[in-house]
Amino acid sequence: MGRVNVVGAGLAGLSAAIHLAKAGVPCNLISALPSERAQSVLAEGGINAALDTMGEHDTPAEHFADTMKGGGNLADPNAVTGLTEHAPEIVRWMFSLGTPFQMEHETLILRNFGGQKKKRTAYSKSSTGKVLMTALIDEARRYEADGLIHRYSHHLVEDLKTEGDGNDTRCVGLVLRDSYSGHLFAFKGLVILCSGGMNGIFPGLTTGTIPNTGNITALAFRNGVELGNLEFIQYHPTTVGIPGKRMLISEAARGEGGRLFILRDGKPWYFMEELYPELGNLMPRDVVSREMFFVSRRDDCEGQVYLDLTGLPTATWEKKLSDMREEILHYLSVDPVTTPVPVSPGIHFFMGGILVDENHRSSLPGLYAAGECACQYHGANRLGGNSMLGALYGGKVAAEQAALLSGQSAFADSSPVDLGPATSDWTASRTVSSIQTERLKEILWNGLGIAREEGMLRRAVQSVDDLLAQNLREWEWSRALLGKAMLVCALQRQESRGAHYRSDYPDRDDPRFQKTTVAVCRDGEIITAFRPIPERRDDRGTNP
Amino acid sequence: MERILDILRRNGEGGEPYYQSFRYATSDETETVATALIVLNADPDLRDTSGQPAQPIAWECSCLQKKCGACAMVIDGLPRLACDVKLSDCKDTIQLEPLKKFPVVADLIVDRTVMQDNLRELRLWMEDQAVMVDKGMDVAYESSRCLQCGCCLEVCPNYCVEGSFTGMASAVPFSRLLAELPASRQKEAARLYTRRFFEGCGKSLACRNICPAGIDVDHLLVNSNAVAVWKRFRKR
Repeated sequence: MGRVNVVGAGLAGLSAAIHLAKAGVPCNLISALPSERAQSVLAEGGINAALDTMGEHDTPAEHFADTMKGGGNLADPNAVTGLTEHAPEIVRWMFSLGTPFQMEHETLILRNFGGQKKKRTAYSKSSTGKVLMTALIDEARRYEADGLIHRYSHHLVEDLKTEGDGNDTRCVGLVLRDSYSGHLFAFKGLVILCSGGMNGIFPGLTTGTIPNTGNITALAFRNGVELGNLEFIQYHPTTVGIPGKRMLISEAARGEGGRLFILRDGKPWYFMEELYPELGNLMPRDVVSREMFFVSRRDDCEGQVYLDLTGLPTATWEKKLSDMREEILHYLSVDPVTTPVPVSPGIHFFMGGILVDENHRSSLPGLYAAGECACQYHGANRLGGNSMLGALYGGKVAAEQAALLSGQSAFADSSPVDLGPATSDWTASRTVSSIQTERLKEILWNGLGIAREEGMLRRAVQSVDDLLAQNLREWEWSRALLGKAMLVCALQRQESRGAHYRSDYPDRDDPRFQKTTVAVCRDGEIITAFRPIPERRDDRGTNP
Repeated sequence: MERILDILRRNGEGGEPYYQSFRYATSDETETVATALIVLNADPDLRDTSGQPAQPIAWECSCLQKKCGACAMVIDGLPRLACDVKLSDCKDTIQLEPLKKFPVVADLIVDRTVMQDNLRELRLWMEDQAVMVDKGMDVAYESSRCLQCGCCLEVCPNYCVEGSFTGMASAVPFSRLLAELPASRQKEAARLYTRRFFEGCGKSLACRNICPAGIDVDHLLVNSNAVAVWKRFRKR
């Protein structure tokens, strides 16, 4: 049986690989670095599931409703139904693999998270991603020993292989470069991309990791793969600048009682509690970030916003947030137990990406996507606690779909073929200079901030066009084209919804824009369209 | 503030090692060795202290906040994470070398695959069998935090890549297994732990304070030894 190629060894990739292996389908697990270095290890706060262990009568239907509402009703309701109904099963599975979730009296403890009225987030201090990854890495190891998962760490995707023309085009494999030996390898077979968000398009401005370059999404785009909802970029309210990046202070800080304030007339003003009495500091991230942006521009306010954790009980620090305290102390030399921490919004998550259907199939047959590189589940704004869930569940769904096709004769022989050392021309075309990276970042930063308007977006599009007209290398060009697609999508969505706020169109416009933004590249040109969201089938799940 | 980074370089596996120095100036005292390497590599006209053109410095990095272990290297003689070491805590000249216990790929990149191979040989997995109780949680949590960076193996007088002793980098993950496996698999796990770790450890405790994640190895060892060596299997 041919091997399926899973690209990325974080939560989504590991989930895909393990579920393929469970189905008896062998796979190549391909990653630039080993799983321990994946961005998933940074995820802090927790994973959502309506396990209802806190006596609040929580249900998957409420999880569904919160996810849809938090995402501005832009997500595929059938996909979100699958996600929220399977969430308890996913968390129980992780529990059975030994994930040390917080427990008391043999009961799983759930915490509050933004955009959700009930306690639904299972966690492990503020290192939930790390402990989930450890459990999954261990589980994958079992299948590695069985010969079902073949690890290719230190391998970079350098090309997608397709066959056929026009509507018959399909993905048949990949070309990889071993970053240790410099050799290229051809890998045949179905491909599941779990390659993470597009952080590298905004280097230094995101909470993500450096190997998440966005290059694979750019590669898919230039190969005609449809991307969706690119304009929706999540700014997490509580990040701090450390050398080289933004460091996240988890939403768990507010879930456990942290409060945001700014100095107004010289006194702390806890603006979220005043503006949103019901959820206060735990409003969805898009709302909190936007309000922070607004209050910091008011004439009667001064300085930046602070996260006040000084009122948290000692036991909370010891049992739930000790790792967060250590991190803040180390990088900021501020003790959050006694001193409020200055915070500001930073890019944290890309809701948009490779557009997939509820079965995680992309527009290119043979190519699947899951995790942050995919556009699925989160609509216009992701709720905290849903990213790790989406990655684990999405990887499982993609694997189950790929397993159905993996027995086809076209993919029967998929042993990697050594193509020899990469030529200097090959390497040069895939090199991205720091100058071009900085230039693109600067342009996008000017167009895709928290508040956007037509003039700034048009100027940014013009700047990218100027960049594209230069003598760029192949991958520099692909990245610039992806950046332009983000801007064009933001320009065309003439409304405000979720993470996309247009100061010139401050209201939501459902009749025109409760649709998925689709961008596709044809002969080097970007074509965009708004596509209706699938109707919710009544044969699945309970009504919200 | 200016620092000299004196880097032990090597062009690939067969290349001859040599030191090359770079000047790095910054006004930000909070910057780390990782920041310096990123900024140096972003210079399209990178030159060493003698003004000679230089190739970008090969090193691995990912999270930049001490959570992934990618950037482990020997900094001024000690294995550290480059994103953990602030320039303000360093002397005027900072020496960077690759971890010496592993094969060098290029410059500061080493091949740590052997660590994964060891864990596979030790059959370190659960098979949906974890038995979770409140009491074992702290061990499981602490153990789960291991970065697999290799710093503990670098300082260990008993560890070498070719040997059968697998060092603290396997003993730490093993403690989760010993805490959570059902009794039916604990005996086999205990046998492997004893043979591949306990009997090879010279108790130098060199690894005690080197872990960049600050894992309390003493605590984990006490628990693992109680199970594996003194046969205090937990009652279910």
